[in-house]
Amino acid sequence: MPEYPVDESVDITDVVCPVTFVKAKVAMEELEEGQVISIRMNEGEPVQNVPRSIKDEGHQILKLIDNKDGTCSLIVRKGREDA
Amino acid sequence: MAEVDYKALKNGGFMRQKQKNNFSLRLKVIGGNLTAEQIVTIANVSKKYGDGHVHLTSRQGVEIPFIKLGDIDAVKSELLDGGVHTGVCGPRVRTVTACQGSSICPSGCIDTYGLAVEISERYFGRELPHKFKFGVTGCQNNCLKAEENDLGVKGGYLIQWEKDSCVFCNVCAKACRTNAITVLEDRLEVNESKCNNCGRCVKSCPSGSWKGKPSYVLSFGGTFGNRIARGKEILPIVTDKETLFRVADAAVDFFAEYAKSGERFRTAIDRAGWDALQKALEAASHA
Repeated sequence: MPEYPVDESVDITDVVCPVTFVKAKVAMEELEEGQVISIRMNEGEPVQNVPRSIKDEGHQILKLIDNKDGTCSLIVRKGREDA
Repeated sequence: MAEVDYKALKNGGFMRQKQKNNFSLRLKVIGGNLTAEQIVTIANVSKKYGDGHVHLTSRQGVEIPFIKLGDIDAVKSELLDGGVHTGVCGPRVRTVTACQGSSICPSGCIDTYGLAVEISERYFGRELPHKFKFGVTGCQNNCLKAEENDLGVKGGYLIQWEKDSCVFCNVCAKACRTNAITVLEDRLEVNESKCNNCGRCVKSCPSGSWKGKPSYVLSFGGTFGNRIARGKEILPIVTDKETLFRVADAAVDFFAEYAKSGERFRTAIDRAGWDALQKALEAASHA
């Protein structure tokens, strides 16, 4: 993914809702503001819900990449802590 | 003692219990919301005049059982002092139910409680051939089960995409449960026959490029008691409240005109014809 250099990545395909969001949130907390993370998630419920939750937390969603293997990678830039 | 007018009592929400001279008092609740003060009032009345418990009904109401016949006036007046009104039973417009909607719930597309209050102010207690139930649910998740009501309202968004701010991230296409959105090189394509107005594209869009106009999907003739039948959507989505109320007026009028006494809306529509109802509703929506 040359277009989106990422600082960190996390795979949440091994957990189910609502732990998907929790695992993503914990990973995001490790980042500094402005850093970019790639979150790999399953198609279906996770991809329908996690991006919206991430957005509601105040982070900036850059892209959702379809990995064509039943998973997607959400590229997110961490927002301000108090956002 | 004078002869008891049980029918009048029932109309006022006093439901006769199997225990002689005991009544389960139905309270007026809109959209399942009560203030803390109202709850305290209800609790006090239950302790003082009932047996210290209340029943939460299947339609978001509250009943206080074991109210004695002789206490009815005192009970009503104490409830009223605490801002609590009695409900209704019998052949009239019943409690208007609602989910929490857009003022509380992240999924809500419409202000369900505000609308339930307006519906209740307009129709609650109106005499009709049989009971008539309104229910308001905020979105396609349908927590409030719109289609089991005589007239169900379901919130939705009429969606519009704005190119300028779109970052073509693809989130909306994946958030959409009906696969109505295709992300192309330079634009987004919406298959309108697939869109169910759930608004998930609007809610998930990181750049605010999807605009959603709060709208109403209406269903008619639902019933979920002795007879079970799902309310039917026979009108296009309604995008303003004025039209919603004109259509609701027409539905209630249709029921009043065509139903035999003791007949539910569904049965009346089945007999008078769905085409006739649709015609009446369409005329009202275009008025």
